Amino acid sequence: MKLQRKNRLRALSLGAVAVSGALALTACGSDDTGTKTGSGSSSAAAAGSIKCDGAKGQLLADGSSAQKNAIDAWVKNFSQACGVQINYKGAGSGAGVTSFNQGQIAFAGSDSALKPEEVVASKKVCKGGQGIDLPMVGGPIALGYNVPGVDNLVLDAPTLAKIFDSKIQKWNDAAIKKLNPSAKLPDLKIQAFHRSEDSGTTDNFTKYLIATTPDNWKYEGGKAWQAKGGQAASGSSGVAQGVKQNPGAIGYFELSYAKDMTTVAIATGAKTPVKPSTDSATADIAAAKVVGTGQDLALKLDYNTKAEGAYPLTLVTYEIVCDKGNKPETLPATKAFLTYLAGEDGQKVLSQNDYAPIPEEIIAKVRTTVASLS
Amino acid sequence: MDISTTTDVPPSAPRPDAGERRTARGVTRPGDRIFLALSRGSGILLLVIMAAIAVFLTYRACLAISADDGNFLTTFEWNTNTDPPVFGIAVLAFGTVVSSVVAMALALPIAVAIALFLTHYAPRRLSGPIAYVIDLLAAVPSIVYGLWGALILVPHMQGLYGWLDQFLGWTGIFAWNGGAPRAMLTVGILLAIMILPIITNVSREVFRQVPRMHEEAALALGATRWEVVRMAVLPFGRSGVISAAMLGLGRALGETMAVATVLSPSYDIQASLLDPGGGTFAQNIASKFGEASVQGRDALIASGLVLFVITLLVNGAARAIIARRKEYSGANA
Repeated sequence: MKLQRKNRLRALSLGAVAVSGALALTACGSDDTGTKTGSGSSSAAAAGSIKCDGAKGQLLADGSSAQKNAIDAWVKNFSQACGVQINYKGAGSGAGVTSFNQGQIAFAGSDSALKPEEVVASKKVCKGGQGIDLPMVGGPIALGYNVPGVDNLVLDAPTLAKIFDSKIQKWNDAAIKKLNPSAKLPDLKIQAFHRSEDSGTTDNFTKYLIATTPDNWKYEGGKAWQAKGGQAASGSSGVAQGVKQNPGAIGYFELSYAKDMTTVAIATGAKTPVKPSTDSATADIAAAKVVGTGQDLALKLDYNTKAEGAYPLTLVTYEIVCDKGNKPETLPATKAFLTYLAGEDGQKVLSQNDYAPIPEEIIAKVRTTVASLS
Repeated sequence: MDISTTTDVPPSAPRPDAGERRTARGVTRPGDRIFLALSRGSGILLLVIMAAIAVFLTYRACLAISADDGNFLTTFEWNTNTDPPVFGIAVLAFGTVVSSVVAMALALPIAVAIALFLTHYAPRRLSGPIAYVIDLLAAVPSIVYGLWGALILVPHMQGLYGWLDQFLGWTGIFAWNGGAPRAMLTVGILLAIMILPIITNVSREVFRQVPRMHEEAALALGATRWEVVRMAVLPFGRSGVISAAMLGLGRALGETMAVATVLSPSYDIQASLLDPGGGTFAQNIASKFGEASVQGRDALIASGLVLFVITLLVNGAARAIIARRKEYSGANA
């Protein structure tokens, strides 16, 4: 018995050592992330001239994860200036619109404009008004690739469609060679990465393929990936990770995930193929048409653009609010926050965070609309 | 029954005289009645909650299945945001079972071997620390396993996949087309690591309870150590090991985040374990829930119900096996 107890003690102490070791490890782990977020937030712009206009209290918001980083940067500046707490969850566009139509949040972020039935549902929440889309954040969808020895890959829409539909299987395929006559394309299997969960990025990418090359992309589109084959990964970070890990991989994600990666320049029909950047995305959004009616500013992007320096694969995320009938307790804060977002300082924050500012002509309309919210 | 009443006797009446015990059983004190009511209430509450959950799930699942434009059991698709929705669970059921079977095939022999080593071979000085390390494995959250799997395990699987394809590719099960190894076999290996601690711990406890007399009898007959294990320990512990395996299988069937992070899902069934594709119930729910419409959520709930039924069947089968071998099951009573 005594012997056993001694052993148990020894085992216990060993366990304690293991536990304290693990604790020590977690301690240095959290230190690391602490410094990282610190350095990341330093890139955010100074608060600038934010008008608070009696905004106070707390704002709840939810929606698109694509614009989460932009919102976070804005919220940081805004709450410093006005002391308003804004809680944007980023649970996804669908979840955001659902919560908005249930009256749980002050505004929603969404990758796609409200559907007609969602507008009808929003009339219950917006007394005497309806939900409207305000384009606030633009962003290029970059195509990152990992092909050893190839730095300036050029692709066009039909080739992209064939690659992501597993019709083109090798990097030295004739179609790719034709677009890249000088590149040394290896005899390597193509692994096309797409999102495994439903996503607005997938929706916008497939919308682009459907609009530009319907013959090569015969799927309906939507947030769920529909083509067969290829690799699926969870989240933009998962796709980016997959591309980095696997030679021969290509994938689509927001520009901020493409930092240490080579990206595809898209041959649009312009003189030079266009690389994704905040400027080239803004140039594309400038050609968009406002298709929303009344106060609604939903945009129709020009995926077939041939303008010089306009990157066609671009998405716009909207903030969704009521044009009339916003809740009186959150209206001042919502209005002040959106005014800041649409203002020059607010839009400047975007390009510092790898998002594309909305072009002047459209953002001016957004400003007028925000000012008229009630 | 007897045990509970005797333990209810307060320590002030330490003599368990036959006559006194009878009176102790007859007298009901307020404390007894309150305790009885509380424990009975908890039991009933559990049943009510379970029934409420079951009714809710079944109702939502029925809504989803009646709206389904495809065949719920055979459709190879999961499009719930279209109108009408088209979805089926065939791929998910197949993937769930396959990944769990792979995990069991890998984890069970290793776990039993570890348990035997700890109880019958390892010096005491070694068995304690090893047991602790195995317990630590169980404390790691599954998302961490998922991240480890995606960042470390997947890139290092290429060699194994190539080897399997080269020598066993002709079977079809181990054919590999050279994609990133984010496939069922990798998931199976990851799940095996995750369920290893449960199976090991339960088996270890079972092996520890093998009556000393059995082992000594075997030794007296001239058996070697291995023969003791084979003739005395393993038969005694078999039903315990089976319940251990079922506990592990339960975790493997329901594992969510690790699978969702490592697997490259698609809605088709393929013979090869090495080619990316397939999916599991839990993984599908995790990846589809975020953007699911009301209809989509109902569909996910329906798929969850199917997983529930599969788990029920597996557990039922395990219980049947254990019940058949009752003569040995003193250990896990």
